[in-house]
Amino acid sequence: MRQQIPLLITFIVGTLLIVSVFIPPFGDLETTFNIWFDIIAVFAFFLGGGNLLRVHINKLRKRKRDWGFSIVTIVGFLVMLIAGLFKIGNPGDIASAVDAPGSLFYDIFNSVQYPLSATMYSLLAFFVASASYRAFRAKNREATLLLIAAFIILLGRTPFGVMLTYWVPDSTSLLQIPNLAIWIMNSPNLAGQRAIMIGIGLGVISMSLRLILGIERSYLGGDK
Amino acid sequence: MAYLGVIISMLVIFGGLAWLLFRSIKGREVERRVIFVFIFVAVAAPILFPITFEEHASPVVKGLFDHIDTLPPGSRVLISFDYDPAMAPEVQPMANAISFHCLDRGHKVVFMSLWATGQTLLFNTLEDVIRPEFPDLIDGVDFISTGYKAGNEGVLNVIVSDFKKMFPTDVNGVPLDSAVIFDEINSCADFDLIVALGGGRPGPKEWVLFVGDPADVPIGVGVAAVVAPQLYPYYPRQIIGMLGGVKGAAEYESELAHRHERFKNMAQPGLKMMGPQTLAHIVIICFIVIGNVAFFRSRRREGR
Repeated sequence: MRQQIPLLITFIVGTLLIVSVFIPPFGDLETTFNIWFDIIAVFAFFLGGGNLLRVHINKLRKRKRDWGFSIVTIVGFLVMLIAGLFKIGNPGDIASAVDAPGSLFYDIFNSVQYPLSATMYSLLAFFVASASYRAFRAKNREATLLLIAAFIILLGRTPFGVMLTYWVPDSTSLLQIPNLAIWIMNSPNLAGQRAIMIGIGLGVISMSLRLILGIERSYLGGDK
Repeated sequence: MAYLGVIISMLVIFGGLAWLLFRSIKGREVERRVIFVFIFVAVAAPILFPITFEEHASPVVKGLFDHIDTLPPGSRVLISFDYDPAMAPEVQPMANAISFHCLDRGHKVVFMSLWATGQTLLFNTLEDVIRPEFPDLIDGVDFISTGYKAGNEGVLNVIVSDFKKMFPTDVNGVPLDSAVIFDEINSCADFDLIVALGGGRPGPKEWVLFVGDPADVPIGVGVAAVVAPQLYPYYPRQIIGMLGGVKGAAEYESELAHRHERFKNMAQPGLKMMGPQTLAHIVIICFIVIGNVAFFRSRRREGR
């Protein structure tokens, strides 16, 4: 029964949702199911928060490697939770947004999370430069093509691309670096992206059918 | 002083690169730490001594700009802030410029977010651009923020047919039924344009799949540079225009400054960031050249 009831629910819900797309009287079902989904999804926040605390408190208790970072995680989580729940410094009333300008939540977000996240992301520039130096080498024909494309795109994304080829006449404007960069994006890139998307689409359809028909059962947990 | 700083920085960067090229001719590789130092100088120098370049809007950026510019005043525009602080340096300048443009043209703008972090970034745009630049506009009449709603694609699936079912109130808890701006808006199909800003999931792609196509609403997008190539299959039929990364933001700001006098005096972070991006790209290109020189030298030596 532990296996069959979830399988039955999946089959009924999956079939109904497909029917609702194709048969108009069932159209409202999709909206109803989406609202149910959103309500259930909110509980994931509780699960996520609880799980975060459980994992890090456990790590602290057992003095596992890098347990100091767990203190930072727990303190950060609790400070933001308290700032949001009690709306500390919030200029609005009880119905106002948790992160209304002027609130402690808003200030912490803008002065801690914003710069930290942006810094982490911008570190990519260093790794991209190092990886480009090592990876973009004309070892064979394919690598050379990739190298030339990277060159054109990199130059095309800067004003130097315009400066270098501004003298190219309008009749052959495709040879101007920014236009070449656009052509690479619009033609070879587009063809590759479409192929990937069609592949993903077919994969999603087959996986959905496997789920609805009960062939794919890994979401139930265990090995069965 | 700024010019002197720029000249000294360029001399340091390109002198160093010439020295590295000379070493690579002898077949010597460059250490990773050296590359990091050059990238640091290339990014830091134009921030300390600002260099600005003239930008021209490419057709893909102009598509969105012209659409907003030609919509009749009073048109209804939805702008969704679906990103986090990591993407914000690239996307926030677009968000500010597009929001300014829409309100300056007299459109009625609804702001929302599918990302929890997007709501705070939305407040930043309201505080930094809308309230100081448009003090006469009234919240709930000329613009409104419905804030964040959890549920990802599920939210889109509902608002495509009934907006208030998912957002019964605005971000401050005021019922949307009492907001004048929502008098003629029942679903996403009632918007004249939707602008999806972001790059992750849910983001612009989901807006196209779940709202743009079923409701037949034009979609414009602003995304981080790494995401832009994935969205080209939708341009120009399902996406009318796209801003990709700092370059896209700079092109939009430049077009806005050319055609809207008022924007000339405002902060233009996209154009400002093009200096560091340009220099960093050139340094990366130089390193690719140096890497290939070293590679061919070592291959020739091995061949002997």
